[in-house]
Amino acid sequence: MSEPVSPLMNARYEGLVTIEEIGPMGMITLRGDLAATDLRRAATAPTGVEMPQMREASTADGKGILWMSPDEVLVLCAYADVPGTVQSMTDALVGTHALVANVSDARAVFRLTGANVREVLAKLSPADLSPEGLPLGEVKRTRMAQVPAAFWLESEEEATVICFRSVADYVMGLLKTAAHPASAVGFF
Amino acid sequence: MLTLLCPCCGVQADETELAPGGEAHLKRYGPGSTDDDFEGYLFMRENPRGVHFERWRHANGCGKWFLAARDTVTLEVYGTYSAQTTEPPEHIKEAITAKHPGWSWREFA
Repeated sequence: MSEPVSPLMNARYEGLVTIEEIGPMGMITLRGDLAATDLRRAATAPTGVEMPQMREASTADGKGILWMSPDEVLVLCAYADVPGTVQSMTDALVGTHALVANVSDARAVFRLTGANVREVLAKLSPADLSPEGLPLGEVKRTRMAQVPAAFWLESEEEATVICFRSVADYVMGLLKTAAHPASAVGFF
Repeated sequence: MLTLLCPCCGVQADETELAPGGEAHLKRYGPGSTDDDFEGYLFMRENPRGVHFERWRHANGCGKWFLAARDTVTLEVYGTYSAQTTEPPEHIKEAITAKHPGWSWREFA
């Protein structure tokens, strides 16, 4: 089997924040009734984290569950673990109206680290990036300039951004521009 | 700037994150209906100066449809509510009545 390759070959940029294209990362879309017991078990068993509440990102040790919509979560795991995880989740959901889909290769993931992560993201998105508008551990699905994106803050100095793989280069360009060392605003 | 509160995910979404879906509370007339009903369903739309009911989709967000009541002149939003309703809920009607006593829109008032 060929080696998985992340879209930008783990590109890196240092400016107001450090931008790293991380990945490949395992991502599995799970859709169905999020209140159903077997669906919650299917999501929490392979990740070892709590089922997230509305808009929450429930993550630990590179694994996690992101709340995407009232009937959808995104399960995060190591790229190599995806086939096994998809199989075990599918087995756990036999007889339940649900969807399990491996979307790892359809997405690109960026990690932003530095004191200005809120500011860099706020330059690119109409979302409220204030600490009240986006508390730590809450996923924000929104757009960055012209493309859809989702991001969440692990801490005040670390954010993770997910976008479609086809626009990875565009998003990297956006982030580099917004993180240009001479472009500090100091709003947050 | 128009922002609407998505009732499905609780996000105060910016207009640019939303996709407009036209008029709300249309009743579908399909095969077997009269020509007049079918024409009305396809083509006849309200174009009010004031209170209006619209469908919106939280496209760059949770992806769900919802309905909104707003004023086309002032851009005031009276409220957003579930798309799984056939008429505006009471609290929306009351919010509109507080600003526009005697308002009406299609068969609602």
